[in-house]
Amino acid sequence: MILSVRDLSIGFRRIGGDLPAVDKISFDVREGETFVIIGESGSGKSLTGMSIAGLQPATSVTSGSIRFKERELLNRPDAELRRMRGREIGLIYQDPLGSLNPVWPVGDQIAEALRAHGLASGAAAARRAVEMLDRVRIPDPARVATAYPHEISGGMRQRAMIAMALIAGPSLLIADEPTTALDVTIKAQMLELLAELQREMALTIILITHDMGVVAEVADRILVMYAGRVAEIGDADAIMRTPSHPYTAALMTSAMISEAEPKQQLNAIVGVAPGLGSFPDGCHFHPRCPLAQDDCRSFVPPLRRLGDVALACHHPVGSDTALMAEA
Amino acid sequence: MEPLLTLDGIVKTFTQKRGGKRDVQAVAGVSLTVGRGETVGLVGESGCGKSTLARLALKLIEPTAGRIVFDGEDITARHGRAMLPVRRRMQAVFQDPLASLNSRMTIAEILREPFDTHGIKLGAALQPRIRELLSFVGMENTDTTKLPPQFSGGQLQRIAIARALALEPDIIVADEPTSALDPSIQAQIVNLLLFIQRQRQISYVIISHDLDVIGHVADRIAVMYLGTIIEQGPAAAIMGSPWHPYTQALLSAAPTLAARRNPEWKRIVLTGDPPNPANVPTGCRFHPRCHLARDVCRQVEPPLRPSEDGGRLIACHLAPEETAEKGRWIGQARLGMPAAATA
Repeated sequence: MILSVRDLSIGFRRIGGDLPAVDKISFDVREGETFVIIGESGSGKSLTGMSIAGLQPATSVTSGSIRFKERELLNRPDAELRRMRGREIGLIYQDPLGSLNPVWPVGDQIAEALRAHGLASGAAAARRAVEMLDRVRIPDPARVATAYPHEISGGMRQRAMIAMALIAGPSLLIADEPTTALDVTIKAQMLELLAELQREMALTIILITHDMGVVAEVADRILVMYAGRVAEIGDADAIMRTPSHPYTAALMTSAMISEAEPKQQLNAIVGVAPGLGSFPDGCHFHPRCPLAQDDCRSFVPPLRRLGDVALACHHPVGSDTALMAEA
Repeated sequence: MEPLLTLDGIVKTFTQKRGGKRDVQAVAGVSLTVGRGETVGLVGESGCGKSTLARLALKLIEPTAGRIVFDGEDITARHGRAMLPVRRRMQAVFQDPLASLNSRMTIAEILREPFDTHGIKLGAALQPRIRELLSFVGMENTDTTKLPPQFSGGQLQRIAIARALALEPDIIVADEPTSALDPSIQAQIVNLLLFIQRQRQISYVIISHDLDVIGHVADRIAVMYLGTIIEQGPAAAIMGSPWHPYTQALLSAAPTLAARRNPEWKRIVLTGDPPNPANVPTGCRFHPRCHLARDVCRQVEPPLRPSEDGGRLIACHLAPEETAEKGRWIGQARLGMPAAATA
């Protein structure tokens, strides 16, 4: 286990009580796997990912435990977390233009990661930056290293950001919506690149997304989040073949438009996900759930094991609750 | 099918002001007809000109050349007040509803604005009409004194659609109507668009880079590349057996979940970035990214011509002879079906 998260809660301080955004979630990430956190806006998926890198907003309150390679990360001093970021945990974001410095040549920014960690300096760092640009399949890397971010295409910026995240040799890469803003053709390139780099560099990847297509392609295991809680977690094949949580089932239906009869109504769930501060009682999904009963409205479903997955649901899709055992 | 909106040889050139005056042809001679009650899907990457084409069709911007005919009438030269009767019948829905609705107007004000703009006085009938519109898009019991930022993206897209429907248009042009929404909401909006069409028999032009959505809602699909249509035909033909190598790459890039889980499946990965309209290659515009490209492709731009079976329009020197078999394979592989032939 490279990463163990236990009872992680993240809330925002408000007068009259904290607003919970992530509510006691637990999961493990195994070495070398691609672990996908899927959820909609407000599900807490990005907050969860950012808190692993110690980048949750300063106004948030966190509790629980995040253990990375047997070391506790939560509420560590900033200086210590800074040393780990880049060196042991790499990060990439949705918007490459926003995460690159516009007035600094691309190569210098990548080399800076080496300098900051004291791994190389001067010409050696610059040379390794060019090598890294080559590794992320940027044609003519020496030229691109001297270019400013606005002088290269969106797809290249995305690659440059990956180069920056990986140059100091982290073993864990957290990618937050890395393909969301991209054209399908560029998205495809990016997914292939990440898969190749994962093999070459023995990376563990935590991918945060709302795109079921991306999940289907890369996930070894999936964590489905809904309104700050774990809905379902487990083996990707098992979850995608037979989603047990009604919310996962709904996500699958939405993602399977191409298999529906053209021009016919899709099997969509009603309503919208609740916003921060308006999470309902009981199961957070119950107001939208086609299978909801009285107990769902009052009692929070515990996470239980069901075959290859664990899920938090009183009445899972197509199964008899009597067969379920406590996880 | 009776034509409702016809674009004929539309060209739009923008003049780049920075970096030395250069003309950029965003739309380079597009002809497209939308029939009454028909849905035409426009697909392509960023910069292919699909959104510019939508704005031209709505006459939000003026074409540099070409003709726009709406319901039998040439509206190319119509401006200002003369456009009002036409505008009433063609409406738009955009990607980001929060950006397209005035966030300082209440929902009631947003929904009465179309009537005011067109001088339609409903008096006491206005409030019931607004209620009716909201309930038609699944937003009954909405507090109409609220402001847009108080709603979610999916709710706002429904309100934007209600506004577009207020004047009972004949056609709605929707630019990426589901792209900014969460997946469970996308399906709701797709359902709403289909429901509206069944109830009102309106036409749609739906622009999207999401082929799944386009394949589901469109009767006909036009694929754009660098300002031109490179393949066009019935949705089933384009999705099931694409002929143009670019259409094939697009479809291959976004397969079904089943195909993606299949370890045997392999996509066509296009190398390079989406092309820049300021720098159009010679010959076939797609040739620098095409794995089949040869001399003729580098020298001669292929015209958009009807296929021999009359089933589609195609702009490729090598189609269908060298592309049809692979197209069938991609159509099947995309659905996760066993491959009939090797790629």
